[in-house]
Amino acid sequence: MGGTEAIILTIITASTPLLLAAIGELVTERSGVLNLGVEGMMVMGAVCGFGAAYTTGSPYLGILAGIAGGMFMAFMFAVMTQTLATNQVATGLALTLLGLGLSGLIGESFVGLPGAKLEQISIPFLSTIPFIGPILFGQDILVYISIALVFATTYVLFKTRVGLIIRSVGDNHNSAHALGYNVIAVRYACILFGGACSGLSGAYLSLAYTPQWIENMTAGRGWIALALVVFSTWLPKRLAIGAYLFGAVWIMGLYVQAQGFGIPSQFLSSLPYLVTIIALVIISGNKTLTRVNTPACIGQTFVPDR
Amino acid sequence: MKLVLDKRSEHSELMTLMSPVLAIVLTVITGAIIFAVQGLNPFSALFVYFVEPLTSLWSIEEVLVKAAPLILIGAGLSVCYMANVWNIGAEGQLTMGALAGSFVPIVFSSWQSPLTLVVMLIMGALGGAAFAAIPAFLKNRFNANEILTSLMLVYIAQLILDWVVRGPWRDPKGFNFPQSISFEGWQLMPTLGEGRVHIGIILAVIAVVILTILMSRTLKGFEILVIGNAPRAGRFAGFSRKKIVWFTLLLSGGLAGLAGIGEVAGPSGQLQTAISPGYGFTAIIVAFLGRLNPIGVLFAGVMLAITYIGGEAAQIDLGVSDKTAQVFQGVLLFFILACDTLILYRIKLLASKIKPQQHVAAE
Repeated sequence: MGGTEAIILTIITASTPLLLAAIGELVTERSGVLNLGVEGMMVMGAVCGFGAAYTTGSPYLGILAGIAGGMFMAFMFAVMTQTLATNQVATGLALTLLGLGLSGLIGESFVGLPGAKLEQISIPFLSTIPFIGPILFGQDILVYISIALVFATTYVLFKTRVGLIIRSVGDNHNSAHALGYNVIAVRYACILFGGACSGLSGAYLSLAYTPQWIENMTAGRGWIALALVVFSTWLPKRLAIGAYLFGAVWIMGLYVQAQGFGIPSQFLSSLPYLVTIIALVIISGNKTLTRVNTPACIGQTFVPDR
Repeated sequence: MKLVLDKRSEHSELMTLMSPVLAIVLTVITGAIIFAVQGLNPFSALFVYFVEPLTSLWSIEEVLVKAAPLILIGAGLSVCYMANVWNIGAEGQLTMGALAGSFVPIVFSSWQSPLTLVVMLIMGALGGAAFAAIPAFLKNRFNANEILTSLMLVYIAQLILDWVVRGPWRDPKGFNFPQSISFEGWQLMPTLGEGRVHIGIILAVIAVVILTILMSRTLKGFEILVIGNAPRAGRFAGFSRKKIVWFTLLLSGGLAGLAGIGEVAGPSGQLQTAISPGYGFTAIIVAFLGRLNPIGVLFAGVMLAITYIGGEAAQIDLGVSDKTAQVFQGVLLFFILACDTLILYRIKLLASKIKPQQHVAAE
């Protein structure tokens, strides 16, 4: 395996969790809900995924458990913000704080245990093509799922009736309600989808990225995923590009660190966070880019009049 | 059965007072369930958690030591959140405050005068405020979301601290441990009496008094309330949203910075790689439990400090994981937010769906 090929493979591994979590949040935000609890849902997905895979020995059951963990957290968020009409920003923060605590408690007995690693699926013949073979056709199942999700969400959001309903609920919940759509139900569904994706992303971390459980192993990736959604201006394909760019920055930092050019490691470790801020500034400052696609009702509470 | 929210014609006064109490009761019940699941006697576990910290002088002092930073930060955050400005990076501002304040005793280590401490505290507050100025500037100039920028800066601040403590400011005689020289004399917060309680708790009370006056008696406080609750009305009144963003972020950052230098010059007495057990994040819960009211924050800060001490005690006495306290804190915030719904709404259970025709007729 050549050096470039290895770097590209690690970039894909670093980008996939960001992409998975961000695509879920993108759909949630398109329905007008801002869920700041991505980090909490993700870390719960990671601990549930690891636990299930460790006890059963099957990483695929781990994936399902990760999805369930993320959806459980998302369901709590949905009950709070949709049924009880609580403030979305505060509830999202609560979700993150609770997720970090709960996962630490659940995962206490898993620390230091060897996990079940998700194997690569090599597509016969295609994966033996030099260079592009392993990159395109030798990944694990979650990488394929993440890419399929990009195309699927683009299609559903912009080419189907369901997508139109989701976007109308996100852009003007009062009109959508007046037209007879059940705003709360649509939002419940989108929040749960976001939770499933975040859980999947967490499971990827604890099953494929580093197959073990480490407390707070998400390391701010949930927040970076939130920033990526803004960066993408709520468009799935742009989101994919953003996620891979971020993954590249993350890996470049590690690579430079390994080479040791005399730069303190802390500066390189802070690179992804710094780049997130810079990316946010560049996109947010550009009004034409953000105005068009920002869901107009994002973060607003909706209580139907009866 | 369907759960439906019915808007009250006005805020419920009763629920405004009762909702934090109700939230605490629900959290305690949840706690009992968590302990029972872990195979512990829930009553004795809850006693260790919530009552024992108040039964000895030593632990009451520890509660006050932990309450001081929580109140300082929580009071600042409550003003911030009142203005609808979401600073969630207090942990980073605390870290930078600690670094800025430590500049004095580390670089001028032989300077000993009452002024030393004063300069340290001012530097700490300025350090925190300067770090909070970054999200304020990015918000006002580029419209960048302050939630995300302030949080990203937490990670950056912690990495800067890590570098400084392992690199330039490491104690040369410290056997290579990642810590600075120990502070002495006027480089430390004076203690009240013999124990560990230091003047930080007095600073916290002063901050609460000042912020209470600010919010209830001054035009600035009124501007914050209007901009936070009715931004359109605020614009018509000529209040500047940008100025409020600057003001609230610098204020909350400054208080977080003060809490940071208070920790370093107080309980720890030197810079270390970890200077706070997440005070900046717990203070978010303090602000909400205190109903975004500085006086309420005073009580909420003590309440959450008890969960820290109770958590430590439960870990030693019962072998309960130290993560349990963090779970409690998260659950508490959930219940606070859920109970706050009762202030604005009545909750009704409907037996079945009302048909559209019926509800038109009913109106």
